[in-house]
Amino acid sequence: MQLPLFLQGALAVTEKNIRIYYTKPPVFIFGLLFPLFLFIAFFMGRGLELVRFYPGFLAMTLFFTASSVGPLITPWEKRDRTYERLLSYPLTVESIILGDILAGALFGFGISLVIWVGSLLVFSLPVGNPLLMIAAFILGTATFATLGTLLASPASDTPSTVMMLSTLVRLPLIFISGIFIPLSALGGAALAVSYLSPLTYLVDLFQGAMNGAAVIGPATDLLALLVCILLFAAGAVYFQRRNLMKGL
Amino acid sequence: MPAIEAHHLTRRFGTITAVNDLSLSVDTGEIFGFLGPNGAGKTTTIRLMTGVLTPDEGTVRIAGIDLHTDPLRAKRCMGIIPENSAVYGDLTAIQNLTLAGRLYGLPAVDRNRRARSLLADLGLTDRADEKVRTFSKGMKQRVSIGCAVIHEPAVLFLDEPTAGLDVQSRRLVTAMILRMHDKGSTIFLTTHNIDEANALCTRIGIINRGVLVATDRPEILKQTFDTTQAIEISFARQVDPDVLSHPNLLRIEQRGDKFRIVTDDPDQVVKYLAAWADREGVRIASLNTLGPSLEEAFLAITGGS
Repeated sequence: MQLPLFLQGALAVTEKNIRIYYTKPPVFIFGLLFPLFLFIAFFMGRGLELVRFYPGFLAMTLFFTASSVGPLITPWEKRDRTYERLLSYPLTVESIILGDILAGALFGFGISLVIWVGSLLVFSLPVGNPLLMIAAFILGTATFATLGTLLASPASDTPSTVMMLSTLVRLPLIFISGIFIPLSALGGAALAVSYLSPLTYLVDLFQGAMNGAAVIGPATDLLALLVCILLFAAGAVYFQRRNLMKGL
Repeated sequence: MPAIEAHHLTRRFGTITAVNDLSLSVDTGEIFGFLGPNGAGKTTTIRLMTGVLTPDEGTVRIAGIDLHTDPLRAKRCMGIIPENSAVYGDLTAIQNLTLAGRLYGLPAVDRNRRARSLLADLGLTDRADEKVRTFSKGMKQRVSIGCAVIHEPAVLFLDEPTAGLDVQSRRLVTAMILRMHDKGSTIFLTTHNIDEANALCTRIGIINRGVLVATDRPEILKQTFDTTQAIEISFARQVDPDVLSHPNLLRIEQRGDKFRIVTDDPDQVVKYLAAWADREGVRIASLNTLGPSLEEAFLAITGGS
């Protein structure tokens, strides 16, 4: 395998995904409107302390935006019969997956960054550790973009079915990840369950970066997110290879 | 050096062997036709030879490069025109072509120049900046062809390229195939259209039930598998075919206002028909002798009727 050709292909796939999928309605609904409505439903008018809950909201936004592009791409391409042609270009399943992950990560990174910078301008939010904040953005978007690509692996050629399945997987995670009830307030079984969610580590990382109040600890959070990226990527490659013929 | 070499390709799906120990070699500059009935294994073979599928056994080399150990370099040597155009409806025609150019590794300047030039050749200059989703099937297929040839590939795979197209688009596709061949590309063409294969191909392979059952030049295949010839005749008034009878007249098929008479001795049957028409006072509107057809050879090989 020649790395320059591999990366060239992956970047071309990324550009194609950006042009085609960023403006699709499901990305707009599940990537932008969904986290906004959840924020309004849970935070507005309840007199919650913004500094304490903002890291959870930012993590939730990043989670939804970064993971909203990936599930759409493969089913959409299989339905439109472009996936087989994509496989016949100088690409491999791995370079296509990397292109999908990069497209999701850039979308999540861009939207979340705009929201964070906007929030900094409007509210007086602390940034205790800028480097940790940057690491959280990069690893967080990579983790959840990879999760989004893994969620495309059932490889049905019906995008709405895959989007529904991915919502079924993603939605429960926000309730067990310390967003609505801070990790510091969790205990016993609830805390143990929260450790199963990759989102927990991002929420904790943002807490550490913004307020210096990480419960798990930044080093463990970073390591956990790295492990999740590797597991999700390996899963995406395995399942997409296994389901390659489905829907062709 | 052969442009395409497949050695002992086998691919199974569960208990079904879609392609069974298939070996073939296509020389540089050939137009190779790949025929077979529905479900014979044509699509699986082309997927194996274009790197979409990995074989259970066997190897494929494109321009001497092993497709499965060095897929990225091997795929850069080929272009693929699938049956259903498979272009991005949300991109414009020019964006589809430049995307393909980028995927094939062309520098930005070259891909933009070639994309514009190809769109002109394909008669799509006026629609270059419109989204492809608004195009007709024939126009989408033209964009698809542009995507496949933008890097001027050494090997061009075409899967039923003219299926369902109007006459104008079909002629344009055929002209583009011949132009690529003239430029030095090797063409691998799967088609159901036996006339198209007969007219274009220098050699033909026939697959049946996953096995390559014949490979030869079209004229040789015709001679080998069809020892009979046919006469096509039409009369100025309606004639009951049952009244025609001769020892060398093997079969009569009615085709519109004509009869296709299969015979092992055209000379005797033509003389008999002329004498019969003269005796009965029936004017012959047209009379043609037909050589053995590739269609007959195909049916004989694949066991069709």
